[in-house]
Amino acid sequence: MDERVLQQEERASLSLRRLYAAYGYTHYKMSKFEEYDLYVQNKSFLVSDQVITFTDTNGRLMALKPDVTLSIVKNTDAPTESVQKLYYDENVYRVSGRDNAYREIKQVGLECQGRIDAACIAEVLALAEQSLCALGGDYVLCVSHLGILCAVLDALSLSTRARARVLACIAEKNLHGMEAILEEEQVGVEERAPLRALLTTYGAPAEVVARLRDALPVSACEMLNELDCLLGALSGAKLRLDFSIVQDMSYYNGIVFCGYVEKIPSRVLSGGQYDRLVQRMGKKTGAIGFAVYLDLLTGRDEELSDYDVDAVLCYGSESAPDAVLAAAAELRAQGMCVTVQPSRPAALRYRRLYQLEKGVCRLVEDRA
Amino acid sequence: MSKTVLNVALPKGRLGERVYTMFANAGFPCPSILEPNRKLIFENEECGVRYFWVKPSDVAIYVERGAADIGVAGKDILLEYTPDVYELLDLKTGVCKMAVAAPVGFRDPAHRALRVATKFSKIAADYYASRGREIDIVHLNGSIEIAPILGLTDVIVDIVETGKTLKENNLAVVEDIVPISARLIANKASFQFKNQPIEQIVASLSAQCSAQA
Repeated sequence: MDERVLQQEERASLSLRRLYAAYGYTHYKMSKFEEYDLYVQNKSFLVSDQVITFTDTNGRLMALKPDVTLSIVKNTDAPTESVQKLYYDENVYRVSGRDNAYREIKQVGLECQGRIDAACIAEVLALAEQSLCALGGDYVLCVSHLGILCAVLDALSLSTRARARVLACIAEKNLHGMEAILEEEQVGVEERAPLRALLTTYGAPAEVVARLRDALPVSACEMLNELDCLLGALSGAKLRLDFSIVQDMSYYNGIVFCGYVEKIPSRVLSGGQYDRLVQRMGKKTGAIGFAVYLDLLTGRDEELSDYDVDAVLCYGSESAPDAVLAAAAELRAQGMCVTVQPSRPAALRYRRLYQLEKGVCRLVEDRA
Repeated sequence: MSKTVLNVALPKGRLGERVYTMFANAGFPCPSILEPNRKLIFENEECGVRYFWVKPSDVAIYVERGAADIGVAGKDILLEYTPDVYELLDLKTGVCKMAVAAPVGFRDPAHRALRVATKFSKIAADYYASRGREIDIVHLNGSIEIAPILGLTDVIVDIVETGKTLKENNLAVVEDIVPISARLIANKASFQFKNQPIEQIVASLSAQCSAQA
């Protein structure tokens, strides 16, 4: 297959699908529509709570799906002793934060449901890293652990509102804002130290773990050691531990992560362990997965061609159709992209212009 | 291998010029930026820095979208538009506050929705939602102070610096909402790939702010 005709996001989609299939993930194909009720009940799981809805022919309120994970959890039966491993390549429909308009967003990702253990989590992280690598260029995979963050926050006994404000500051790496809130809440300097350490310590996992071991409470340290073990299974060079990654804790527990690639200004990959979502939907299993936002690849390293086609083949009214098609086929056999036209198209940028007259194909113009 | 260039969006005006001096002291000078001309982009290849003059309310957009790696924006802009950026430092300059102001002698008409004139609709909506107070927002783009004088609204939500403009229009602050100052913000992806120069700037600017305090 000639991959030159593919857009960047199409090439990326093929690479990622090959990668996930090689790890035994099976392709999950879903409907474009889902019952709106699913999203109403899980609004804070969605990237945006604005959903395109319509009433179907049976009178049900449906939605153009804004998310894939919720549908997979709802529509599949997860095993309890093994792991169901699925990948998807879907378009989702949601409001883009940038211009507040609905957009169709191409998303590739994978979901594991079932008995989620350390080996499964390590594999998902490895696939996340390989996914970033497949997109080309330099990349970074940032990893956090909500259990550790929760353990440190719980020790401060903050009100719900103060906790939400502190989490917002953590997500912004807003140390001064966080300190101001803790000051208002009369949290002493020593009491704040573990949270401050979490926010200000990030980078290579081994270094971060070493620096945090003495700063965190025992409950958090146990999880830190598990995390250290897990990350030891990965290549490490592009990994960062960064506790500013915050997700909704009513859905996510444990490990969360996001990925960046150079020349793309926002995260291109996002995922985590979301046992709590699955359990809210009545299942007794765990789950972990991630999505890659291929729409963000549009325009990256774009090489615009000087020409729309390689060749235009013009034919007169006297030319028989079979002669026209044969002449075009002969040009295509030389590796050119050829458009057949009754006259020279003014708006088309071409490299060469051929004229078919009395069965003879002549090169009339060469702009190369 | 070409040196990494750090792209910095500075707000046009006095604040931007003040902040540039801090960046220069941090080891990222670009003297041509202070020459009197209408250029908007200035680069010092040796230091690996490029500065842009940008409309103050647009700095966060340039940073969020990655056209700038870091920038300086007022907390009012960050609260109003909530860009997805890191807020790394309070520069403690450009200090003012967001406040509710009303004609002297104002009494809250608690029996009905409060009419509020503001350029900062989200800040106003969030503030009054936290107070459980129903409001009717009149979004204006300038000269907000005349709205209650002409009876268009009951109060305004606006930035207050010295309070002189309010006083001259027979208005007074009735409630403080939030302190405002200039903040150093960073694009989240740039923070990963250009971490070393960004951290260098944060450390130096933080030290300069502490020294000034």
